[in-house]
Formats: sequence, C-alpha cells, structure tokens
Amino acid sequence: MTTANRVNDFTIKIATVNGTGSASANTLLMKSIFRSGVPVMGKNFFPSNIQGLPTWYEIRVSRDGHVARAGTVDLMVALNPETYARDVRELAPGGYLLYDSTWPRPVLLSRADITVIGVPLAKLCNENFTGVRTRILMKNICYAGALAALLNLDLERIRDLLGETYGRKPQLLESNMKAITLGFEYTRAHFPCPLPLSVERMDRTAGHIMIDGNTAAALGCVFAGATVAAWYPITPSTSLMDAFKRFCERLRIDPDSGAKRFAFIQAEDELAAIGMVLGAAWNGARAFTATSGPGISLMNEFLGLAYYAEVPAVVFDIQRVGPSTGMPTRTQQGDLLSCAYASHGDTRHICLYPADPGECFQMAVEAFDLAERLQTPVLVVSDLDIGMNDWMVREFPWDDAYRPDRGKVLTAEQIESLEKFHRYLDPDGDGIPWRTLPGVHPKAAYFTRGSGHNQFGAYTEDAAEYQQVLDRLLRKWQTARQCVPRALLEGEGSEIGIVSIGSGDSAVREALALLRAQGVAIDYLRVRAFPFGEEVERFLAGHRLVFVAEQNRDAQLRALLTLETAVEKAKLRSLLHYSGLPVSSRFIVDGVLAEVRGPAGASHGRRDRPVPEGQAGSDAAAEAAAISGREALSPAPATTTV
Amino acid sequence: MTFIAKPKVTHPSLPPNALGLTRRAYEGALSTLCAGCGHDSITAAIVEACWRLSLEPQNLVKLSGIGCSSKTTAYFVSGAHGFNAVHGRMPSIATGANAANRRLSYIGVSGDGDTLSIGLGQFCHAIRRNLDMLYIIENNGVYGLTKGQFSASADIGSRAKKGETNRQPPIDPVLLALDLGAPFVARSFSGDKRQLVPLIEAGLKHRGFALIDILSPCVTFNDHEGSTKSYAYTREHYEPAVLADFVPREQPISIDYPPGEAREVALHDGSRIVLRKIGADYDPTDRTAAHAAVQARGGSGEYLTGLIYLEAADRHAEFHQVNATPEAPLNSLPFEQLSPGSTALRTILARYR
Repeated sequence: MTTANRVNDFTIKIATVNGTGSASANTLLMKSIFRSGVPVMGKNFFPSNIQGLPTWYEIRVSRDGHVARAGTVDLMVALNPETYARDVRELAPGGYLLYDSTWPRPVLLSRADITVIGVPLAKLCNENFTGVRTRILMKNICYAGALAALLNLDLERIRDLLGETYGRKPQLLESNMKAITLGFEYTRAHFPCPLPLSVERMDRTAGHIMIDGNTAAALGCVFAGATVAAWYPITPSTSLMDAFKRFCERLRIDPDSGAKRFAFIQAEDELAAIGMVLGAAWNGARAFTATSGPGISLMNEFLGLAYYAEVPAVVFDIQRVGPSTGMPTRTQQGDLLSCAYASHGDTRHICLYPADPGECFQMAVEAFDLAERLQTPVLVVSDLDIGMNDWMVREFPWDDAYRPDRGKVLTAEQIESLEKFHRYLDPDGDGIPWRTLPGVHPKAAYFTRGSGHNQFGAYTEDAAEYQQVLDRLLRKWQTARQCVPRALLEGEGSEIGIVSIGSGDSAVREALALLRAQGVAIDYLRVRAFPFGEEVERFLAGHRLVFVAEQNRDAQLRALLTLETAVEKAKLRSLLHYSGLPVSSRFIVDGVLAEVRGPAGASHGRRDRPVPEGQAGSDAAAEAAAISGREALSPAPATTTV
Repeated sequence: MTFIAKPKVTHPSLPPNALGLTRRAYEGALSTLCAGCGHDSITAAIVEACWRLSLEPQNLVKLSGIGCSSKTTAYFVSGAHGFNAVHGRMPSIATGANAANRRLSYIGVSGDGDTLSIGLGQFCHAIRRNLDMLYIIENNGVYGLTKGQFSASADIGSRAKKGETNRQPPIDPVLLALDLGAPFVARSFSGDKRQLVPLIEAGLKHRGFALIDILSPCVTFNDHEGSTKSYAYTREHYEPAVLADFVPREQPISIDYPPGEAREVALHDGSRIVLRKIGADYDPTDRTAAHAAVQARGGSGEYLTGLIYLEAADRHAEFHQVNATPEAPLNSLPFEQLSPGSTALRTILARYR
C-alpha cells in the first residue's frame, strides 16, 4: 500500500449510528468528489430501523471508473463505539483510522499496522454549538470537514453543495459550514494533510450523473406515460413510488385546471396493488406497481391471471434479502426464480434485469412497451443496491420521437369492419391476439377470465380448446424471446466464460480487468432479460467452463440457465455471494482464481460459503460477522421499517 | 350452459327504450346456475334496470370475483366488457379500471363468500376510497360451488343442509358499509323485483360507492327448514322500510305520493331518487339512525330492506374527486401531456450532477 499511487484510488468507510444526520455528510463527501471530476461510488449499509442502530457508508474513489465495491477499506471513520472492533478489523494493512478523540482511545481501536488519526469531533462541537440534538448533528457533519482536509477536498465546492441543499435556510447552511470548517482546521493543524490517499481533480465525470435506480425507474415511468400507479409500502421499493409521485406533481399538473394527470393509489396490500394495475392496464392505461420479495409472493395469484387472461402489467421488484421478512435493508438477487415462474400452473413471465440506474430508466420504458405489445406482465427485477444507492451513470438519453407501443388494440373503425370480435385468436401467427378496450364500440365486448377459455374467449372445459389456447401462449413466449433486450457480450476467444446478472455487473467487469492483468482472459455475458435469447445459448455452448456469478445462495440464475437452455450443468461453476452486501470485485477474482489455478492460486480462497470468523482484513469476514450478529446489537429503541 | 349460444329472439311487441333497444339487447349468455336460484332473478332485475336506464351496453363494465354469484356477470348485457377476477379481489380490479376511465359505469357482482371472507379487506377499502361503482352482493349465507359450507353471513343458529348449526356471529355487509362511510347502502331480496329494479337503477346512476346487499336464497344448499336465508324465511322476516323510486333527469315525477311521505334526493346528474318511508320513524338520510335500525331488526331475526341510507351528493367526494384527476379519462390523455420530453429531462438530471 505504501508504494502504490493511491491518489483517486481508495475506499473510505464511515461507521456511525443511524438517525444522527450522517447521511447528509456522506452524500456531501461523495458529491464533492464527483464534482472534482473523479469517478466515485457510494453504498449505504443501513439497518431496518429509524434511529439508533449501526450504519455504514462506503465511498469508493476510482480513477479507473470502477463502480463496484473493491472489497477492501483504506480509510475507516469509526464513530460508533458499538462497532469499533469490527470496523478496525476490516481496515486494510497500512490503512488509516479516523476516530473521535474527545474521549481516550479505547484499546479496541489499536492495531500496529495502521495510522490512527484522532479528531475531537464531540469536543469541537460542544464548544461551538448548543443543544443536544444540534451537537450530535454537527458532530456528524464535522467529520466531513476532517475528511476534506485529509483527502484534499475543496471547501468552496462543499459550500456550493450545501447551498444547493439549504438554499432556503441560510442559518442551516452557516451552521453546517461552521462544523465542517472546525473539523477541517483542526485536522490540518494537527496532521500532515493531505494523506497519500487523496483526491485530485480529473475530468472523468463529464456527461455523468449520480442517481439511484429507484429515482431513475420512476422517471422512466413518467416518460413512458404511465398514469396509474398502485402500491403498498415496502422497503426498498418505496422510494420508487415516492419519486414517481414527486415527479408527477411537478410535471403532470394540468396548467389550466390544476388536475392531476395521474392516479397514485396506496393500496391496502400488494394483492390489491397488482389487482389495480391489472384493472387499469386492461382498461387501457399504462399502469405499474413497485414492490419487493414479500410483495411478489402475495402477487403470485394475480400474476397468473394476467399471464393467462393476457393483461399487461409492469411490476418493479426491488429485491431485498429473503427468505421471509429477511433483512429488508440489505441487497440480494433472491427473487430470480420466483419472478420468472410466479403463480401456479404453467406460467412464465418476462423479466428485465437492469444493472444500474441507467438501465432502470431505459428498461422502465421498455417494460411498458413489452407488456402492451405482448399483453402480459413484465417484471423489472432490480435490487436494493441499484435502487437505493447513488450510482455514477451516463446521463439518460431521451428520443423525442419515441411513442409508446400500445400493442394490438383495435380501434373503433377496425372493430366496425369486423363481423364479430374474438379475443384469443392468433390472426398474425405470432401468438399475440388482438384486444379491445371497454367503451369503444358495441361489438368490442369480451369476457376476461382466469377460468378455462377457448380462442373465442368463451368459458370452456373442453380439453382440445383449452390446450389450443395454452399452446398459443407458448408461441407468444417464443415471440417474446425475439423482443426482449439482448444479453451483452464482452470479449471473445477464451474457453472460459462468466455469466452475471443485474447489479453484479460492475464487480464482474472490474474483476475481469484485474484477472486479465494476471494473465487470465475470460469472456463475459450479462443476461438482461428472461426469456433468454439465442445469444445466451451460443455463449454457454461455446465455452468449456462457465462461471455464473450471482447474489443468492441457491444459484437461481444457474438454475434458470439449466432449465431454459441446453447447457450441460457440469460446466457451470457458481460464484455465490449472499451476505446482503453488494458483491465486490475481489470476491469474483478470488472465486475465479480458486477454480482456474486451484485453491492456492487465490489470494483469499473461494467464498461460496460463509467465511470462518476472525479473518482479518477480509470484507467477507466482516460481512459474515454482520449477518451472524457476532457483536450483539442493542435492542431497537424506535420503530422498525420493514 | 354458457358454451351454448343463447338464441336472440326479437319479438315485434317488445318495447324499445330511448336508444331503440329492447330488453333482449341487455341479456347475456344462458345461466348455468341451478333452476330457481335467486341469482337468476337478480340478473333479470339488472337487465330490466339497464334497459330502463337506456345504458349504452358498451359503456357498462361488469366485474366479479369467484363463486356462483360471480358467474352471473356473463348472463347480462353481453355488449359490455366483463372481468372475472380472482376470488375476493374484484374491488381492486374495479379500482384500477375506474382509475383508467372514469366515464364508464361499473357494476360489480359478488357473493357473501367472495365479499365477506376472502375479499373482506378489498371490499372495505373500495368503500373507503368511495369508488364510483355499484357493488351487488348476492347473499345466500352459503358456499354453493364447494357444496354447502357456511359463509360469514350465516346467522347464529342457522342450520346447514347436512345438519350442522352455525355458532359464529355473521358479518353484516350493510352495517359494515354504514360504518365505513358508504354513501349509498341498500338491502333487498331477489324475490322482490319491484323493490330491486329501482334500487339497481339508482345505484348505477349514483356517483360514488353504492352497495346493494341482496338476499338471494340458494335452492340447492340453503333453502331448507332451519335456514335463515331460505325463500320461506326471507319472505316471512322481510320488512321494507323505505321504498325508492328512480326518476331520470328528463322525466317529471309522475307517481302520486301522499303528502309528507315522499322525499326527493337529487343525484349529481340531475336525476332523482324518491324515497318513501314505510316505517313512521325511519330517516334514510341519518347514518346513525339507519345503523341502529338495521342492528335492532337484525337482533330479532328480521331483514330491514330498501334504500337504507343515502348521503346527498355534495356531502361526499368519490375517488376521482379526491385524487383531482382530470375530467378526461386517464387512458385517453395524449402522450404529449404525459411525457415531458428531452429538454425537461435534461433540466431534471441537472440536479443529479
């Protein structure tokens, strides 16, 4: 660590207590780095709680533009005594520890191979501010000042950012700035600044924004012309609906009448939320809901109806850790199978898998087009990591020529020219029938039902008639295969391949660069939709060994691949990360090396399974500790958000 | 059988309505219910009401859940779109459909099992939202399609066909709707078409949530001695409290009401409901009194029927009024009014730099 150039290439982790204002300081730090033109990533590891439990924020500064977790921590800001032991253990050898030196340094914060920086944050704030709550809040903005000094951040840029946040509250701007300056001055006076880990201006963020996936998906829904949004609150999907409402209240108000060009319905539960989406979409509105795993479980019955009765619907599943209530504020890709096959009977659903907020925006729009074109539910399977963390992504493009694909909906004139309308015929041979909307024409009526129906839309219990419709649905599924976004391929010529999905993408791409540097070349395929296209089949067939990197215990993507393609199961190797924290590039590197060079070749061994306790310097060990609750957490003092 | 096409027989003597349509135009597929089922009488009353209102068939949307009652939406107004949802979830489909297009008339047909057990939550929340729809419960106290289990509306002491006696108190949808703030609450009997047809007309024309709980005996599983939902028991214990006549906007009131007995309530579109009290001390515009009266009769095993409660149109706001949606249906708004375009996107994204 001492010799390498660490300018614009390091990870900071900030350990605090939730509900004490540290979120603002963390965002401020990250944004000020971003505005210096330096690529940066911020990940929030927060508890399912409002106030008083441990929370961490990881900021990775990467001049090479990597936006995954690196898997190491170079500077730890340890402000929560409850987690001191774990936090210090996680710091890489040669790293730096910043702590509040108002009180004597506990033995917990001792390690021979790190540099300790003590800044009396509480003391500085107690001397300069009054009121208990203010002092706590200011202490948690004061460390941003200390870090600004250590990392060489521009105070003027920080002031600008604060100005944008507190534009209408100048006294808050001044008090925050005062706290930051206190931390900044003290640190500069007592320690050599900046550290070798520091930020230098670059020009690598032009054309980029920092945004979370839920906000991006909500914007996509607004731009796609969605008018009916029905939902039941559930972490981590709630911010998507909040953002949709916020955007609509700004962008969708009739300038003359003040009427709202959208209906935002908070349902009584997820069963009702999906029912409302189906009712609205059946009646010709673009409608959607957002939920997480428990909501998907509840929506199963209606999703089956929508598949069989052929009703469009868009569902965002912001995956969290399961099974059951699981860990609502941690991330996982645990719903891959339950989304693909939601509901009883022979059902399969179109799934889109965004890898970052940019794709959340784009796929939100695509989801509505696909749902209406194919008259079936489309699930946009995101996760907490994408949905709730700020990602650096390219600014979203928008083509003003875009018009929604409303699919095969007969107009009044078309219906007029028909002798009789039948709902489930296949006149075009693509498996997609024509539909009509209520209120359009006296000849348009049909009966929508989840019970057995024939191609004319009438109730049936006749074997041949039932099968005819089911077989046509299968033809439609084959059509869907041609319509969904292709999987993305990088690299060619290696006999080893790796497949990943969703938020694991950034870690895999960084890992592949690191592996290439070590002489291991691997081709990469990222699946972006279910059903899988031909390109997935070809990739699997064309490689001797294929790693499947995903974030769940049971290798759900691998299961989908083996069920839905001709691949031999034996050549698939799983890299499974399911701690609840986003996968790091190091995890992928180690997993691949362990396989291609044998266990000795990997720097830390394979981590398909929970790592034994006490493995210093390992993120996986820290994660294992975090999930097993090795350090007892205090009972929650406030309400729990689930 | 619904898969047998029902012949459309147009007799020259059938009278046309204002649209020139006869009652035949408001019929649907052949019923597959048991002969004598109360539900078929209700279907006939719906046909009659829609014909009398001269509803454009394509402007009606029929919604239902699962069960014998929910099959009946196929048996009336074949020119209207129908949606047979999953068990107990019709209200959510109705909510979404209504949100998308406020211009159509929505009629939901459900049963006591579909509404009061598996669908109780959605029923309550549709009332809370004051969804503009007519919600009919075809209430027979029994699960017919699964052959005779008690439903949640079965009265204490009521005896099942197989001999078992119900010991659990019933859930009364009328009391529930009154509690939850429904602006239009009625109870009727499938065997009383004279009372039922005007109620259905009024419910369809009323803006906001209208409930008609209709006692509708199950001839196969709940029409025996000892049942409190049989034809015989209902006829015996059925007490009309308020008669309601529906008077369309254009039409003058032609019926002669004795002075002091009739009371007119205007609907939002100018049509009127004329309420005629039968019980001397009953006030159908007093929610608390209505609740007390229904509860009191229930205790003595009697069914108070008629338009039990009606709230004036200006005293409640339905779903679209609450949500301040435009007059034009959401499903018909031009894309240009919905999608802000690339310039607006750039402005929005500037905040994320």
